[in-house]
Amino acid sequence: MISLTGITKIYTVGTQRVAALNGVDLEIEDGEFLSIMGPSGSGKSTLMNIIGCLDRQTEGDYMLDGVNVRRLVDNQLAMLRNRRLGFVFQSFNLLPRMSAIDQVALPLLYRGATNRKRAAAAALKLVGLEDRMDHKPTQLSGGQQQRVAIARSLVTRPAIILADEPTGALDSKTSMDVMAVFRSLNEELGITIAFVTHEHDVAYYTRRIISLLDGKVVGDERNVPSFERDGDETAHAPAAPASIAEAPS
Amino acid sequence: MTLADVLGTALASLRSNILRTLLTMLGIVIGIAAVITLTAASEGAQQGVGDQIRGLGSNLLFIRPGLEETDGIQLPGSGVSLFLEDSRAIEKANFEYIDAIAAQGTVGGPGDFIGAQAIYLGQNKSTMLLATEPSYPFVRDFYVDNGRFLTEEDLTKKSLVVVLGGDVADDLFDTEDPVGKTIRISVGAGPISIGFNFTVVGVMERRGASANTDQDDVIIVPMPTLQARISLIRDPRGRTNIDQINIKLKNRDEIDQAKEEIGQLLMALHAVDSPDFRIQSQSDILDTATQVERSLQVLVVSIALISLFVGGIGIMNIMLVSVTERTREIGIRKAIGAKRMDILWQFLIESIVVTTMGGALGVLAGVGATEIAERFNIGGDTQYVITPLWIMVGFAVAAITGLFAGVYPAWQASRLDPIEALRHE
Repeated sequence: MISLTGITKIYTVGTQRVAALNGVDLEIEDGEFLSIMGPSGSGKSTLMNIIGCLDRQTEGDYMLDGVNVRRLVDNQLAMLRNRRLGFVFQSFNLLPRMSAIDQVALPLLYRGATNRKRAAAAALKLVGLEDRMDHKPTQLSGGQQQRVAIARSLVTRPAIILADEPTGALDSKTSMDVMAVFRSLNEELGITIAFVTHEHDVAYYTRRIISLLDGKVVGDERNVPSFERDGDETAHAPAAPASIAEAPS
Repeated sequence: MTLADVLGTALASLRSNILRTLLTMLGIVIGIAAVITLTAASEGAQQGVGDQIRGLGSNLLFIRPGLEETDGIQLPGSGVSLFLEDSRAIEKANFEYIDAIAAQGTVGGPGDFIGAQAIYLGQNKSTMLLATEPSYPFVRDFYVDNGRFLTEEDLTKKSLVVVLGGDVADDLFDTEDPVGKTIRISVGAGPISIGFNFTVVGVMERRGASANTDQDDVIIVPMPTLQARISLIRDPRGRTNIDQINIKLKNRDEIDQAKEEIGQLLMALHAVDSPDFRIQSQSDILDTATQVERSLQVLVVSIALISLFVGGIGIMNIMLVSVTERTREIGIRKAIGAKRMDILWQFLIESIVVTTMGGALGVLAGVGATEIAERFNIGGDTQYVITPLWIMVGFAVAAITGLFAGVYPAWQASRLDPIEALRHE
């Protein structure tokens, strides 16, 4: 569970102080499937970086599972990112020259876990890439690369996966495939999924849409996801991979 | 992260750009190989020279002209200040501690502008003529192996007889017995040369090369014969120039007294206030040679260490480039939970792995190069002595270089802000 109160982020550029976030209050329950929308410059990426413990707020409190993140030091933040949070980026952000299975095992390496390959293989299976485990990023399509990134974000069984424009670099067909993977992670594994996006298609796919403008929350509404609406063309999104239920231990 | 994991990560990223890794390593490989090969050569030279000088005998004194050493070239009669008459005078003085004296003069030695050639049938060998007296074998502890040495009679008759060094005998006669054969010796500078026929009366035992001359590459002739036949070594004032007086003492305890008294006698003879000659004992020569070798070794090791240092700078440079190039990777690693220390160790271990592997390859290359140099006789008769000490020093320096070269780039990498790093293109 995430609770933000009065989150402000001020950048100092030269002598000018620019507020990227200006008193954001937000609560995200476990298991939500939501999107944070807004035009560029609205502060949505800054918000995501703060929720993702990659950046610190200037003011306000951020409680993650009852822990005030403000009080944590660098190493503790790294540990939080590793254990509680998963990231999926628009540009995939895979390491070049590393096979899919090694990429996915990487967060487990930083955790010091054993049996990393097995867990990584299970995660790749979840996203339907069991036959691409030894492929390097350059040998994978955009959609496949993004699915490797999703597998990497979920391999540690995080409470929340933050996805920053995850379909921004993909065509619409592949986008819907990827969105379906996220949806099944949410539905089958109960992982909270938060998209940061400016695309309405992505936002309408989620159950809650938070709108951001000039560093403030200007809208927060429930949404009937597009895949549950009749007659909507996006309702024909492919089903989640069948293997989704076989979660690794 | 365990050490094994850090090593695995470092090896994986080194493997992913293998060409760069190898090129980076090359600097260290060459540095270490240079340290090992050069120290092996200088160590070997030092031991070799030491052995040869010790082999001279500890109760020997050598008197040499003081002005001999103008680039090693001696112009006959100019600046040479040692004469056969000096040797005779020392003999006449009857110092009771002197066991025996042998004067020697050379033609065609290293650095001498006059050349000497020995010819037998079709064979031709450039060598050194050593003019001396019958006491020479006893004084220098260097005896005839086959036939006989020069006799007093050879001296008085100025006989045209020679005793050959082992190398000369082998080169001219191969398996034939040289004793009793006639060889032609031609002496001269440039187009001017004179030749004589000599009869071989003996062949010396083998001695090996000494510091600056090969004692087996020599032809020994009676002193008066050379004096009479080759006018070039005659002094304008009728004295006979010689290169060296060898004095064998009965007892090594009297070396200092002998140096003092003989020195006084020679200064009186030459009518000078300060010596225009040098009197050296075996230990003096050993000291000088050791000193020369030491400074040579310092030079050689400095050069090798500099090349290691340059290799180290190369590694640091590559590591810095690598950090910049992999900024995004660092951002990704941080985003998925890498701590500062994880990143620091990754880059530091990469650097240390490169240098240690480079060091190991360098040791192999150095030992290999030394083997090859020894097998193909590169550097003449130089011996190579590989010392474990220098292998360890080289290896340690490589690892430390890696540590230092890696620390700064690794520290920079660990300090990167994850957001900035992720934005980096």
